[in-house]
Amino acid sequence: MLLTISYEGKQTQDLGYLLYKHPDKIQSFALSYGKAWVCYPEVSDEKTTVALLLDLNPIELARGKLGSKEGGLFDYVNDRPYVASSFMSTAISRVFGTAMSGRCDTKQALADSKLKLTACVYLLHDSNNENLAKEMFEPLGYAVKTERMILDERFPEWGNSPYINLEISGFVKLSDLLKHLYVLIPVFDKQKHYYVSEDEIHKLLSHGEGWLAEHPAKDKIVYRYLHQRKSYAHKAIDKLSESDNMQPELEKMQITSEESAKRKSLNQQRLEAVKQAVLDSKASSVIDLGCGECKLTSLLLNEPQIKKITACDVSVRVLEKAVQKLHYDTMPEYRKNKLNFIQGSLIYQDKRFSGYDCACIVEVIEHIELSRLPAFERVVFEFAQPKTVIITTPNREYNINYEFLPQDELRHDDHRFEWTRAEFQAWTKHICEKFNYICDIQEIGESDENLGTPTQMGVFQKCE
Amino acid sequence: MRIEIPELAVVAMIGATSSGKTSFAKKYFKQTEVLSSDCFRAMICDDETAQDVSQDAFHLLYQTANQRLKYGKLTVIDATNLQQNARKQVITLAKEQNVHSVAIVLDLPEKVLLERNQARPERNFPEHVIKKHCLNLKRSIKYLKREGFRFVYILKSQEDIDNVEIVRTKLWNDKKDEHGALDMIGDIHGCGQELRLLLEKLGYVLQDGCYSHPEGRKVAFLGDFCDRGNENVNVLKIAMSMVKSGNAIAVAGNHDAKLVKYLKGKSVQLTHGLDKTVAELNAESKEFRTEVCEFLDSLVSHYVLDDGKLVIAHAGLKQEYIGRGSGRVREFCLYGETTGEIDEYGLPVRLNWASDYRGRANIIYGHVAQKEVQSLNGTHCIDTGCVFGGKLTAYRYPEREFVSVNALQVYCESVKPLALKQEGRIGDILKINDYQGKLYLQTDLLANILIQENQLAAALEIMSRFAADPHWLIYLPPTMSPCATSNLDDYLEHPLEAFDYYQKKGVKNLVCEQKHMGSRAVIVLCRNADVAKNRFGILDGTRGIIYTRTGRRFFDKSEIEIELLNRLDDVLNQTNFWEDFNTDWVCLDTELMPWSEKAQGLLKNQYAPVGNAGKQALASAVEVLEQVKNRTGQGTELLKQYQEKQYAIMKYSQAYGKYCWKVEKIQDFRIAPFHILAVEKNVFSQEKHCWHMEQIKKYMTGIDEIFIATPYLCVDLHDNASIERAVAWWLDLTSKGGEGMVVKPEYFVAKKDSELLQPAVKCRGKEYLRIIYGAEYLNPEYLARLKKRSLNKKRSLALKEFSLGIEALHRFVKHEPLYKVHECVFGVLAFESEPVDPRL
Repeated sequence: MLLTISYEGKQTQDLGYLLYKHPDKIQSFALSYGKAWVCYPEVSDEKTTVALLLDLNPIELARGKLGSKEGGLFDYVNDRPYVASSFMSTAISRVFGTAMSGRCDTKQALADSKLKLTACVYLLHDSNNENLAKEMFEPLGYAVKTERMILDERFPEWGNSPYINLEISGFVKLSDLLKHLYVLIPVFDKQKHYYVSEDEIHKLLSHGEGWLAEHPAKDKIVYRYLHQRKSYAHKAIDKLSESDNMQPELEKMQITSEESAKRKSLNQQRLEAVKQAVLDSKASSVIDLGCGECKLTSLLLNEPQIKKITACDVSVRVLEKAVQKLHYDTMPEYRKNKLNFIQGSLIYQDKRFSGYDCACIVEVIEHIELSRLPAFERVVFEFAQPKTVIITTPNREYNINYEFLPQDELRHDDHRFEWTRAEFQAWTKHICEKFNYICDIQEIGESDENLGTPTQMGVFQKCE
Repeated sequence: MRIEIPELAVVAMIGATSSGKTSFAKKYFKQTEVLSSDCFRAMICDDETAQDVSQDAFHLLYQTANQRLKYGKLTVIDATNLQQNARKQVITLAKEQNVHSVAIVLDLPEKVLLERNQARPERNFPEHVIKKHCLNLKRSIKYLKREGFRFVYILKSQEDIDNVEIVRTKLWNDKKDEHGALDMIGDIHGCGQELRLLLEKLGYVLQDGCYSHPEGRKVAFLGDFCDRGNENVNVLKIAMSMVKSGNAIAVAGNHDAKLVKYLKGKSVQLTHGLDKTVAELNAESKEFRTEVCEFLDSLVSHYVLDDGKLVIAHAGLKQEYIGRGSGRVREFCLYGETTGEIDEYGLPVRLNWASDYRGRANIIYGHVAQKEVQSLNGTHCIDTGCVFGGKLTAYRYPEREFVSVNALQVYCESVKPLALKQEGRIGDILKINDYQGKLYLQTDLLANILIQENQLAAALEIMSRFAADPHWLIYLPPTMSPCATSNLDDYLEHPLEAFDYYQKKGVKNLVCEQKHMGSRAVIVLCRNADVAKNRFGILDGTRGIIYTRTGRRFFDKSEIEIELLNRLDDVLNQTNFWEDFNTDWVCLDTELMPWSEKAQGLLKNQYAPVGNAGKQALASAVEVLEQVKNRTGQGTELLKQYQEKQYAIMKYSQAYGKYCWKVEKIQDFRIAPFHILAVEKNVFSQEKHCWHMEQIKKYMTGIDEIFIATPYLCVDLHDNASIERAVAWWLDLTSKGGEGMVVKPEYFVAKKDSELLQPAVKCRGKEYLRIIYGAEYLNPEYLARLKKRSLNKKRSLALKEFSLGIEALHRFVKHEPLYKVHECVFGVLAFESEPVDPRL
């Protein structure tokens, strides 16, 4: 990975003083995961360019440092050595730390002046998000140029490269340029090279002082810089807003578009509808099959009618998260006794599924291969046989209303199918005939005159 | 006094304090067989006399007793057992565990007890306690039989007690030393003619009015001799004479039990064909009727045969009832288990006990007439409804064959049409409890393969979310270990290390097969969808599948899969494979290319971006360094380093590019089969790899461009020239961009003494390894570190997975139940979920 900074003007060799790096030497620096070199490819009165070249040891990235037991964080085959990331920020502060602080014992006046500077970063990972670079650097007064190649010229069908070469130029103090780069390069990076800790907030705030609070993409920067760690991000935003007396815009961090707001409310409506159906069924014991993060479970846990609820998922990791999220370990005894977690699969017969008044299978069946559906049907309707079974699944017809969704695509990568209303109805009919249930179909969400609602729900009752 | 106790029973010691129960138990039973209330009291509170903890102590005692009996261990309850309530607990326990109960009463004179009590200062009871105990005992004794004790023994003096001989008797149902050969026949229902025909077909000869077999085979009758047919008495005569002369054994059926009731003069309804039998019997002598009554009344409800490998019972038997004796077990053997509900024909709805059956013994039963033999989880229902116009079927053991004769007429109309195969293969669904907790798997190649709970949990997720229908998954390929790291500079892997491994293990002949760089694909192909349905239980109308090493369907689009399978079928038809191998299905281990087909995501998200980034970033760096060098004359070494990086990334991009091509039409796929794993009657793990290669060449490749042969080379490790040829071959392959080769011992399964050897090790090419260990892995500093890798874990996994995969195939070919095949496949997946370095 490579960063160059060019200074154009008169006596531009002074860049060497500002950076505390002699223009005629190649200097090398040891970093925790590799090496850095500083050298000057171009030196003249009119223009001087400094290059910061960074090399990472790929084996250490993969296996951890020699002798360490922790192992590496990355794959052997990795773009880390080539793409500017938080490693670059670390190198900037290590190698150009004094310049970044704005101090220059010999040329303080120059350090305090705005100069014509151009920085080039080879490369940045913007995931083909054309606007990201402009969004980050233009508000700070830079002219932004980017260059992108295709991924592999032998296989044009694989599309464009996710990387760009970035050139920004403007009249700016060198220390500010370095700070901007320090904060904004990691924004492009989705993998950090060390774990995000509380300390990071201080670094971000100190290097963002004086410009970050006014940056229009402030939330995004903080959020991405702190690598999607919401609690740290909240703290950082709080501190920033204190300094400029602005209300924190926390909401924006979770909801970045109208679309996801809609989806959230659909989720809410679905849970409410299922909850109502459970209560209407007079059930007092419920099993939430495919509970995921346990939103429905925690909702039902608050209902006095429900005396026993079991949350079941096929993924242990998901269950562990749910246990944490619900603070199961420290839950009061009375609530805790109502609640139970099990790992189970909907295509293996399971005695633990029996004996419940009601089973809820919310947004789950579309994750099961169609060829495995017969097994699922028997597990639930033949063997577990709850009095009531509540199943929700997307209505495929409604997908046209989702602008973000290309035609004929499903709403989620892991969906194996999505049914039209007619298909769902036909399936419920088949279930009722085969297993002696009756079914009432309900619609959930905003209704489209011709296409129905985004979610469909079947409430099955076992015939006596 | 001789005290007979069934081998498996619960024995209650009954007697007042100081009567010597504990000493008695100690003298006549194993220490671990005796559960003493005193001990349990002491266990809880350090004081064996503490009466206030009695309730908890007894709770624990009975829990322990329950567990012991579950494992079939005789258990003695050493407590006073003087109260009826206390004894009731013993009876309940016996019933619960379906074992006999025995009471041993120590009824010593009160005087003796009082004296003994005096002599035991440490636990001196007040006199009135002893007196009360004695009174209680006197009152209890005569009720013991009525309370439910099967055997009651009363010892009235110390002399009696000292002269006891305890004899442990075998259970009536225990015929473990009967090893056969046996021919099981059930539900004859008076079909005399068919019975004679069947016996003759089985080779029995009628001599002096009794059938016997020249080879000493015996018939095992499964009950229901009479009713509905027209030769009820004749059938009884045949059976009785054979049993009497030792040419047959028999268990009782429900119709037999009813006939006994009738013959004993109890009131029974003459329905379900009993009227016919009664009419025939009335024409016989009274002596004969008595003989019939005694014969049928003497029949045991089930037998455990051949060291516990075979069980017969009229209506079948649950696993936990095998070898037990109780009213409940007898009921089950005679009638089976019903839900209490009635179906649309007015017949009771039966619970499918066979679906839950996980025992090791084969269970042969009848009772429920069906059109064909029903086999599930090692149980076989052989009632094929002869009396309803079906056929009379025998099960030959140990041959495990079915022999039938068709009914000569319909003697009785069945209320319900005889079911064909059970619709939707009821009972064939997998059950979660078979794959939970810790799993110990036994395979022919490796014993006691342990799979940990967390591995199973991970496998369950993968199996549930991604795997294809488990009916198809009769094999998963094992992981493969690389060879040890090479000592040669510039090489991480080299064939000499692979050769060295096998040489040290005493293997002389090896096969080197070119490693195709694609994706592992297992192909199961049936001749048609009917075979898929009947042999594999696939109900969706497909005839085959191509799946990945994790059991996932290879193609999202089924059209591609169907077309590839059809083309393979065309080839196999042309080469006469199906006939030559005498099979209507085949399972192949193959490599499917191009790699980019399955690895599209990996390529687009990781491999290509790394190449692209490296190329661009290094080009910029080299440009900068050249400028620096031109300007200052410095940095030659650094520039050289970066030029080397540039070269490495270029080679890296070339390496992955070789394995990618765009598939526009079906002919762009390549499939290289390398094992013919199994067909209907065979798993080909006994054949040499050369055999596999030759058969594949003969039957599968060279006809359709899709199916390609794998180049291979045989190596003789005692011949240096042969070794050199193999190394040269590998160098040639890999320099042309090949992935490398797989080195295998000549035989599919190779052992050194009892040690199972790696079935294969891979030797990957120098350039290929760039896409595994990164473009710059040949940098001496990096290479030195990479050479330090441990293979033990990978190798142990490879062996376990190999054994499980082969075991799965064998089990399937032996027609073992789905859950038994699935546990092996599940095991492979569980091991693959283990956190090992995925690059090895």
